[in-house]
Amino acid sequence: MSTPTETLMPFDEAMERYEPVLGLETHVELGTASKMFCGCPTTFGAPPNTQVCPVCLGLPGSLPVANAKAIESTIRIGLALNCSIAEWCRFARKNYFYPDMPKNFQISQYDEPLCYDGYIDVEVDGETVRIGIERVHLEEDTGKSTHVGGATGRIHGADYSTVDYNRAGIPLVEIVTKPITGTGRLAPQVARAYVAELRDLMRALGVSDVRMEQGSLRCDVNVSLMPRGGTEWGTRTETKNLNSLRSVERAVRHEIERQAGILDAGGRIIQETRHFHEDTGTTTSGRSKEEAQDYRYFPEPDLVPIAPDREWVEKLRAELPEPPSVRRRRLQAEWGVSDHDMAAMRNADAIDLVEATVKAGAPPADARKWWMGELARRANESGKALAELPITPEQVARVCELVASGQLNDKLARQVLEGVLAGEGTPDEVVERRGLRIVSDEGELAAIVDQVIAENAEVAEKVRNGKIAAAGALVGGVMKATKGKADAARARQLILEKLGVSG
Amino acid sequence: MSELIRKTAAELGRMVASGEVSAVEVTQAHLDRIAEVEPKIDAFLHVAAEAALEQARAVDERRAKGERLGPLAGVPVAHKDIFTTVDMPTTAASKILEGWRPPYDATVTRRLREAGLVIVGKTNLDEFAMGSSTENSAYKPTRNPWDLTRVPGGSSGGSAAAVAAYAVPLATGTDTGGSIRQPAAVTGIVGTKPTYGGSSRYGLIAFASSLDTPGPFARNVLDAALLHEAFSGHDPLDSTSINAPVPPVVEAARQADVSGMRVGVIKEFVEGEGYQRGVLRRFTEAVELLESLGAKTIEISCPSFAYALPAYYLIAPSECSSNLARFDAMRYGLRVGDDGTRSAEEVMALTRAAGFGPEVKRRIMLGTYALSSGYYDAYYGSAQKVRTLIARDFEAAFQQVDVLVSPTTPTTAFKLGERVDDPMAMYLADLCTIPSNLAGNAAISVPCGLAEEDNLPVGLQIIAPVLGDDRCYRVGAAVEKALEDRWGGPLLKEAPSL
Amino acid sequence: MSAITRDEVAHLARLSRLALTDEELDHFAGQLDQIIAAVARVAEVATDDIPPSSHALPLTNVFRPDEVRPGLTPQQALDQAPAVEDDRFRVPRILGEEA
Ligand SMILES: [Zn+2]
Repeated sequence: MSTPTETLMPFDEAMERYEPVLGLETHVELGTASKMFCGCPTTFGAPPNTQVCPVCLGLPGSLPVANAKAIESTIRIGLALNCSIAEWCRFARKNYFYPDMPKNFQISQYDEPLCYDGYIDVEVDGETVRIGIERVHLEEDTGKSTHVGGATGRIHGADYSTVDYNRAGIPLVEIVTKPITGTGRLAPQVARAYVAELRDLMRALGVSDVRMEQGSLRCDVNVSLMPRGGTEWGTRTETKNLNSLRSVERAVRHEIERQAGILDAGGRIIQETRHFHEDTGTTTSGRSKEEAQDYRYFPEPDLVPIAPDREWVEKLRAELPEPPSVRRRRLQAEWGVSDHDMAAMRNADAIDLVEATVKAGAPPADARKWWMGELARRANESGKALAELPITPEQVARVCELVASGQLNDKLARQVLEGVLAGEGTPDEVVERRGLRIVSDEGELAAIVDQVIAENAEVAEKVRNGKIAAAGALVGGVMKATKGKADAARARQLILEKLGVSG
Repeated sequence: MSELIRKTAAELGRMVASGEVSAVEVTQAHLDRIAEVEPKIDAFLHVAAEAALEQARAVDERRAKGERLGPLAGVPVAHKDIFTTVDMPTTAASKILEGWRPPYDATVTRRLREAGLVIVGKTNLDEFAMGSSTENSAYKPTRNPWDLTRVPGGSSGGSAAAVAAYAVPLATGTDTGGSIRQPAAVTGIVGTKPTYGGSSRYGLIAFASSLDTPGPFARNVLDAALLHEAFSGHDPLDSTSINAPVPPVVEAARQADVSGMRVGVIKEFVEGEGYQRGVLRRFTEAVELLESLGAKTIEISCPSFAYALPAYYLIAPSECSSNLARFDAMRYGLRVGDDGTRSAEEVMALTRAAGFGPEVKRRIMLGTYALSSGYYDAYYGSAQKVRTLIARDFEAAFQQVDVLVSPTTPTTAFKLGERVDDPMAMYLADLCTIPSNLAGNAAISVPCGLAEEDNLPVGLQIIAPVLGDDRCYRVGAAVEKALEDRWGGPLLKEAPSL
Repeated sequence: MSAITRDEVAHLARLSRLALTDEELDHFAGQLDQIIAAVARVAEVATDDIPPSSHALPLTNVFRPDEVRPGLTPQQALDQAPAVEDDRFRVPRILGEEA
């Protein structure tokens, strides 16, 4: 058993002595309208047990019927991952008792996955790493337990639990990698980059909303260590249910340090499931007993085999969207941004939004500036994803247009964005209602310039005498007088003209 | 005793449709008969007199409004208590489901209602349909109307006894290894296992999913065909349901003509030990009768059938061990031992130990064993290969003949208690019926006389290819007609011990 | 030699979530041994060249369109539950793996 006293080996040292072998199992909840085997809706966050029926509650006599869209989505995922698509395959029952599983078996796939033997390329530090895909299969999700009572609110020590079956039966695609070897010290980043690539791929395919924080993409990571120069893989651990990219990276790193520490001290690694703790960045042992599970898989007799028509598969292949990595390279070239800026946009989930804003007519630099600047700040403040902000790419493009045409300056534009986010209407409506249009009436602006010069005679004199830098204070005065609604460049030009100097 | 209970379902349907008699009168007559015989036979787990009369009134109202009624509208039917019903408890004869009220109707239930049949109650069965005598019911054993000291067969023994006792003209059953045909045979009535996928399993509490088949009971072949037709046909809620028209079973039952048909006698099922002499005699006479009616009979060998029984007792328990896992005290049904300190795991195990009877436990453990890693290939895997061999034997046979025949069961009804604690002896009752479950084809049992040793009914099994259900009825009706001519009326003219 | 030991039967009972008494275990051990010995015959004819059949009929590709259908109300869903709390099924404390 692991104990709190186990010593970690520093990562760099661990990497000198050991070679990590990774394996990732990723579960993706498909974004179908109805569940995998019944017609219940799949909306996230519905009140408990409001999206259930005899089938997903496993009532006696009920029978499953497979969702055609879920099968199609799984095949599309398989094709996008360069997999072979089974000519003929079956669902299987995975038998084990657990209160959140209504039938006490899960309909899954065993030795006949729908898709198998593929790969995906990911980039880490400018290096391309090819990750082999063992299989992609389809199964059903379980219900959700809430543990009540006890000191920790966790399962251990709870007095009892309550179960909501809304999630039971939502289609779940499991994507399993082949063992990932030879990544060395990049292993934690490779794991993270792989999950990020999968996430982008799912989004490009439109098969899932891949919200890791809502659990619609969950990841289990297997890690084992092999002594450098060795040939035999070590015993692996499986860290379950990682729900952010950062956690994936940290968990791999921690397991490498932990396992290296144990091996170094002459200990042995126990094959077990482990849980990752966000707060400490560490993992702890998850299974109370070491008894091997016997799932007694057998072909699901209530469902008939799937034999995907080859013409249909080819049609799905032909209709696949541009792969995310290819698309990113294309957009980067079109937008002329650096690797660093592109990576930042990807991390902020801004690429789709910037692209849509550009499509709506904004120059790429402006679109990027607003989404990655003011809007990212606002999203961060309200704890929302960029895409969740109540503003459309079209509206952002309109703001860019108003700035480009000189009707807004950046400061006013920020106020317009604030108004749109506050629900005050479209950018034009906000400009109208808040009276944010720039003072562009030359006569009005000239009068204000005259007034500011008169009120700041000393400064004006300095400017006249050639100290042009002092003009800034006068421009500030104009901006103040107009509450920021003046075109600062034009105001400066007027001031210099009136004071008889040329800028 | 009202004369109405002597009528066939077809006659009753005609009388109700024409207004000669009301559905309420027909229903009341049968409810009275149930009250009379039920203390002796214990065929029902639940009698729904009020609900039945209400359904009957609805039929009468529809008629009064000038609606055209179907051929079985207003005809009483007893429903095996393994189909869900929203207005009646559904227990599968298990303590674990005592008092369960399903929130939905089985497809078969819904179609009975839509056809205007009057569901008078739910019939007894072996717990979760596991058994051949109805003694495995957690509530009570049902008795054979021919001899109250004997079993009515099983698992659909309650339905068979109710029909044989003239308590109802029609009943539903399910056949997983012979659970319709065997009780039909030993109670002297007609019972059909339709082609697998021909009748929907939605709402049928699963025993063995790849074998379970809903089917009809009646006292004559035409009535069975009418009920068969009423609840069969494609159901999008059952993935294994066949999307094809129902075979013309009613037309075939009316045709009752075997001239020119090729009939194969299964060699393996007329030799060997365990066959009662009187059963074989009646069977041989039935084959001669078919010849006299113009059929051509030949002997057919199906060598793999010898392995059908062991294959069945691996496949059915394997599927059942998984199907019955859902009875765990968490969402519905019995919960035992939840004292606030025990874990869910412990409560599940205590509940299942208390809620399941011995045969169910036996089969769950046998199935768990057969599916375990290390044993899967030798047991479950091999059984599935036998399944392929049996389907091949049938395929080869049906290239030579139109139907196959055999005795339905090796013996007549046995005594209550005789085989209760001898599972292997009990399992032999299904020897001749199991191959058709494994291969999914259609089969019927029709009465072919009484064994001279005990004066108890003997059944003739007629087996047809997949979706050849009509051939079962065609041959069955021909045999029935010829025998009735010889007997001067139905075999069951007098309900013997009632 | 017996096909199955009493210990194995006890293991099967645990796997099947059946809290059997010692008497039941003894009784079932004998019966299961007899049944398993009888059904093991299937291996005699199950040669490598025979494909297994998991289904009675060779149907394939039965799907439903991805459409939402009305299900049960929470009242209907929870109506038959042994214990309910806050519109959820209340179950005894769960041991083992954190899901
Ligand atoms: Zn549902």
